[in-house]
Amino acid sequence: MLEHLYFPHDISTFGPRIDFLFELIFWIVMVVWIAVMVAMVVFMIRYRTRPGRKAVYIEGNSRLEIIWTTATAAVLVILAFLSRSTWADIKEHGPPGDVFYAVTAKQFNWEVTYPGPDGKLGTKDDITVENELHVPVNKVVRIDLTSKDVIHSFYVPNMRLRQDAVPGRIIHVWFEATETGQYEIPCSQLCGFGHSGMKGNLTVESQEDFDKWLKDTYANPPAPEGASQ
Amino acid sequence: MSSTAAVAVHGAHAEPHALGFWRTYIFSEDHKMIARQFLFMALFMMSIGGLMAMLMRWELAWPETQVPGFHWVPEPFMYDGAIPPNTYNAMFTMHATIMIFFVIMPLLVGCFGNFLIPLMIGARDMAFPKLNMLSFWVGALAGAIMLSSFFVTGGPAAAGWTSYAPLSAVPIYTGVDWGQNLWCIGIIVLGASSLMGSINYITTIVNMRTRGMYFFRLPLVIWSLFITAILLLLALPVLTTALALLLFDRLGGTHFFLPAGGGEPLLWQHLFWFFGHPEVYIMILPAMGIASDIISTFSRKPIFGYRAMAYAMIAIAFLSWVVWGHHMFVSGMDPVLGSSFMLTTMIIGVPSAIKTFNWLGTLYKGNIHYTAAMMNALAFVAMFVIGGLSGIWMACTPVDMYIHDTYFIVAHIHYVLFGGSLFGIFAGVTYWYPKMFGRMMNERLGKIHFWITFVAFNCTFFPMHILGMAGHMRRIYNPQQYDFLKPIIPINEFISISAFVLGAAQFLFLANIIWSYFKGARASENPWNANTLEWTTPSPPPHGNWPGPVPVVYRGPYEYSSPEGAEDFLPQSELIERSTAAAD
Repeated sequence: MLEHLYFPHDISTFGPRIDFLFELIFWIVMVVWIAVMVAMVVFMIRYRTRPGRKAVYIEGNSRLEIIWTTATAAVLVILAFLSRSTWADIKEHGPPGDVFYAVTAKQFNWEVTYPGPDGKLGTKDDITVENELHVPVNKVVRIDLTSKDVIHSFYVPNMRLRQDAVPGRIIHVWFEATETGQYEIPCSQLCGFGHSGMKGNLTVESQEDFDKWLKDTYANPPAPEGASQ
Repeated sequence: MSSTAAVAVHGAHAEPHALGFWRTYIFSEDHKMIARQFLFMALFMMSIGGLMAMLMRWELAWPETQVPGFHWVPEPFMYDGAIPPNTYNAMFTMHATIMIFFVIMPLLVGCFGNFLIPLMIGARDMAFPKLNMLSFWVGALAGAIMLSSFFVTGGPAAAGWTSYAPLSAVPIYTGVDWGQNLWCIGIIVLGASSLMGSINYITTIVNMRTRGMYFFRLPLVIWSLFITAILLLLALPVLTTALALLLFDRLGGTHFFLPAGGGEPLLWQHLFWFFGHPEVYIMILPAMGIASDIISTFSRKPIFGYRAMAYAMIAIAFLSWVVWGHHMFVSGMDPVLGSSFMLTTMIIGVPSAIKTFNWLGTLYKGNIHYTAAMMNALAFVAMFVIGGLSGIWMACTPVDMYIHDTYFIVAHIHYVLFGGSLFGIFAGVTYWYPKMFGRMMNERLGKIHFWITFVAFNCTFFPMHILGMAGHMRRIYNPQQYDFLKPIIPINEFISISAFVLGAAQFLFLANIIWSYFKGARASENPWNANTLEWTTPSPPPHGNWPGPVPVVYRGPYEYSSPEGAEDFLPQSELIERSTAAAD
């Protein structure tokens, strides 16, 4: 159903769970909304003023108040608990990572740091590329996200993933892409006059293509341009 | 107790006044004049905020093209009519700031609070008339400060109405210098104005109710204003504190929000939203109260579940303090904390649902009169339902991760603030205009305005849900820069055209206000056959509110079609021999 509502095609492992919750809420909302609107329109037509009509004096109904209060509360609390496990799986304890990057946001680019041939982040052979995030398909990617200046937000619509990048703290983000292709990483938190148009490219590729790209990049590292430190 | 207070005030105001022009119209201490001042200030500001919305809509549908008719705007604000990014950022910042702080709040709290509280509780004026006058003029000063920021180098604030630090805390990050400082100062000054108002409202409602006006005989609009005043009193100091810290960071070299000096950017968000969520209810509760009164009056039926309605508002007042974290699910706040905010946010939906069901219950077996005021009040309910229901997606943390900061949020806030608050304001202005100005508003023009606004509003804001589902970020000035947003360009164009119709339709409302002021039919004392006390005095009421003694209250405000009354309404102040104080 969601693709008919312009949802971007999902390529993450947790995306379907988020979309499921979206749809679940969609149907709950539709039922409630239609019921309320039908009742309202029926009342509005049926009880419109006519000559000789007198309203019926009704002050309320305690039993009805109790019913709709508890019913609403029950639905919403159950929904909160249903959402809770998805949230915990995504945000609190994800799977162990296969590849590790650091992404540092700055006005108005994403700096993606790949570990060098030693496979470790934070060593001298790290390579930093602007706005190009290459990841192998079906691998858990873990990113240390931070920002150099203002708050940005790392947003991958095709993965239903969004996390603010906050200066002064490192926030861990993970995802696992299930399909190869080219996607966009817009910044989704207002970050200044260049906010609109701040975007990176996400390339999800097979392990072989990814290894080849990494090798080429190691061989011809991009010009520093004040990007790496 | 309340009656003695009323008598004391009566004594102070009973002698005839012959005040000059300045003390009658400009530096007035009369709550009714101050209410009108707030009304006109807000309408003026609304035209500025609305104009900025129109410019934004042009930019979003036809990005980086020249806006027709705007070639005269000087650089660097526009370039031969084309809007540069920083101007766009300034526009959405100032659109929201003006609409929230200088339109919705002055209308709901300043205008209706001032006008209705003394008249509906049976008081001759506010508890502190001089403070009331000061409240308006401090508010006007705040508006002037805010508008002056358009004329300083660097332009007005451009960090969003939420002004997240560090973007807002360091001038080079936005390129805005004094604009942001004036923004902070303007809202601090406005906060002082609101504090004066809220203290006045609380004192007046607690102490100056006329004899027999028990708390549970107050009209719901007074309940809503009372709770709003308490929220204002408690929330605004938090915002003022945050703004002061932000100013220190900008001007004094401190690092409250700057990590480089050991500060914490999220502190701003916590402070801002701790104010910000009660603020959301400050902007909707009075509209709920207005809608409750109008729906009951024109259904000719008591409000369904009066006490449940009051308790629901009290519940909202408490819960609104423990939900602020739902604005911060993706901010980097501990995800476990996010889960608890999800739960509280879901629960705050309950009182809103109760209110909706009670409005429906009020219509049931009523005798519904479709006046322009009633149509706007019913639209308030229908639109508020959509705004409330769309909140469930945002409350759900995993879904919020996807739709946060998208047009889904923009749709939601506009369904609540325009569909909710502003339709409530349209309803309230139409309903109380005769009491305010002594003339009826034009019904036909009111209905034309209503229908165009209602249709154009939905055409403007409903498709924004779809933009949000497609992932369209808010606060971007050119959506066509993104490949994944290409499919929705036609929707953006449709929205913009609808928005222009919506904006143009508001001239009908302004025209109706002005035309009716001079040409409207003379209003009788009680043109709507309503029960509450403001309809027991001439339209407009004289200084001191009642020419004779202050009315005494014998029953609740919603005794419509009561078996005790001969007609389908039974005013609060009407004494029936056998039924004194029976109906409550």
